[in-house]
Amino acid sequence: MVPTWHYLMLSAALLTIGVIGVLTRRNIIIILMSIELILNAVNLNLVAFSRQLADVSGQIFAIFVITVAAAEAAVGLGILIAFFRNRDTVNADEIDLLKW
Amino acid sequence: MNFAQATFYVLAAIAVVSALLVITRRNPVHSAISLIVTLLAVALLYLQLQAEFLAAVQIILYIGGIMVLFLFVIMLVNLDVALRQEQFNRQWGIAGVAAFLLAGELAAVIYLGRGTAALPQAPPGALQPNTELIGTSLYQTYMLPFEIASLLLLVAMVGAVLMARRKVS
Repeated sequence: MVPTWHYLMLSAALLTIGVIGVLTRRNIIIILMSIELILNAVNLNLVAFSRQLADVSGQIFAIFVITVAAAEAAVGLGILIAFFRNRDTVNADEIDLLKW
Repeated sequence: MNFAQATFYVLAAIAVVSALLVITRRNPVHSAISLIVTLLAVALLYLQLQAEFLAAVQIILYIGGIMVLFLFVIMLVNLDVALRQEQFNRQWGIAGVAAFLLAGELAAVIYLGRGTAALPQAPPGALQPNTELIGTSLYQTYMLPFEIASLLLLVAMVGAVLMARRKVS
């Protein structure tokens, strides 16, 4: 039997890796993948607690998180394609039209 | 160490190592394939946590849907220039320190709270039959969020089509 806090530790590790990816990478595609990593870490937490409390609600929440992740990936990649068509770059720090 | 623990540690190591590969590889295709390995390891952990339906959803939807979408976009977008550029932005030092602090805080909170959060462990087989329980819960207790999620997916679909469409003037 693996204690729940081991799952929480794994989830925290995945979340931190995702945060590092979002904060340090320039390529928008990899930033979007890091966001998927973060959402996946959240799902792991929800499922681990669902297992511990023997309540299926955590898994339902995880399904909704997956839904939101799918919507976010679709819209994000759509924006990326539109942006690449206009500016010929995929670097996040070159999206600076609103920067003063 | 019994079989369940050994499986957990092996899968956790695979997930963390491939997650690190996701954020360090230069080529986005390699990142995407590492992310698929991470998602697969997490899906197997769901199986261990008695969430079979979610494990199947993870494989079909994440790996079969979202990651294929990512790979398609990587091939649509010409990345030859980006591959030869600097991969990390200027504030990576500050970002690294912030992420290190976040990791330390999370680890400390989880480790110190492991005793206080010691809720009674459910007996094996408590979440069975998994798919049936999820279906009942989803269509009874969570009916309204379920419908809102379908609306969200519709909006996302329209948005993605609108955004990625080529302007014809």
